Amino acid sequence: MDAQTIKTLVGIFLAAILTENYVLNKFLGICPFLGVSKKLNTAFGMSCAVTVVMVIATAVTWPLYTYLLRSWHLEYLQTIVFILVIAALVQLLETVLHKYMPPLYNSLGIYLPLITTNCAVLGVTMLVLEKTAADASFGYLQSLVNAFGSGVGFLVAMILFAGVRERLEDCDIPQFFRGLPITLVAASLVAVSFLGFNGVVDRLL
Amino acid sequence: MEKKKTGGLFREFTKGIIRENPVLRLVLGCCATLAVTTAASNAIGMGAATTFVLVCSNAAISLLRNVIPNKVRIPAFITIIAGFVTIVQLFIKAFSPALDTALGVFLPLIVVNCIILGRAEMFASKNKVLPSVVDGLGMGVGFTAAMLCMGIIRELLGAGTVFGIPILSGFMEPIIIFLLPPGGFFVFGILIALSGKLSREGHAPESMGCAGCPLAASCSKRLDEAQPEEKEAE
Repeated sequence: MDAQTIKTLVGIFLAAILTENYVLNKFLGICPFLGVSKKLNTAFGMSCAVTVVMVIATAVTWPLYTYLLRSWHLEYLQTIVFILVIAALVQLLETVLHKYMPPLYNSLGIYLPLITTNCAVLGVTMLVLEKTAADASFGYLQSLVNAFGSGVGFLVAMILFAGVRERLEDCDIPQFFRGLPITLVAASLVAVSFLGFNGVVDRLL
Repeated sequence: MEKKKTGGLFREFTKGIIRENPVLRLVLGCCATLAVTTAASNAIGMGAATTFVLVCSNAAISLLRNVIPNKVRIPAFITIIAGFVTIVQLFIKAFSPALDTALGVFLPLIVVNCIILGRAEMFASKNKVLPSVVDGLGMGVGFTAAMLCMGIIRELLGAGTVFGIPILSGFMEPIIIFLLPPGGFFVFGILIALSGKLSREGHAPESMGCAGCPLAASCSKRLDEAQPEEKEAE
């Protein structure tokens, strides 16, 4: 692997975290972002589970689409195939963790059933294929790095936001703004701060 | 008797629009709501596509509710929904390529829209075909109305237009941040607060917790306490 490839991979990784953040920039995975970011440790566990599933799902769906669906001209089956593959993978991962790694299962396992319908996971498998279609040099390895970066980006957003929410708990907020509305407004401010990263990654490379 | 029946159906229809608006009261399907409401026309397109999937999947699941074994119902529902989403995807690609580009990845992501799986699990799998279709239609219209509302606000403030027709030109400069992600979160928060203020309960939904998750009913590992509102909804 030459220096140029490594540089591109680092660029893809950083872009996925900062400028193309799944939650704050692309609006994918908002439900867990708002639902389980109340406590720091649940936010961390959920994000780790999402990252693991994202990487594994991309590792399976990318070759499946490229070598099976596309060569047989079945691209229109993408949605059905991907969602079933992800559902099966999540189930498999849960069973394997339960059997062989009980400590990991106890910390991540409870979030796994929630992930099947997480749009960030289905989103990442589809978006990497869009990137591959647009740019021939964006191959399997790049897709995996992108998926991992997206997961880490999700983690960063969740943890930052869990911190913000803990502060919100003690604030005196008008009755009808309590709960979700003020959470969304806070999310808006966190998203503003992420807008500041625009162009940073291009400058680095 | 006949009148009572239609009255019940009508209530089934309107509940999705106001009392249990999926976006503003139940806070479901928020990813799509936030992402595609940068223009009012996108909101209508997304709403129509989701309504179609919702009505069809509700009808199909309601017809099959006695055939599908309880244990595999979630995968079965997802497969049915994914089939209808593929139909919509191909239809929009053929007849409105511009809308297809605007909605992008969110069109296939209708599959994981919590509204659809949520209605399948909470309503269609327990009710007859006609009420399920009406429920799907009502929820779809409520979803579209809420998205349209957001789309109009964001387009008006962010681009100075509504449905592409310039309205604020020469009057004020467009505030571009309303088209960017932060504006989406902000407008959504304000709208939920307003709907809470105007509704009878007088407060916004506190949090989504597991209530926002379509798997909540089948999932034994809840993160929060069960939400009592969900029981009433049935």
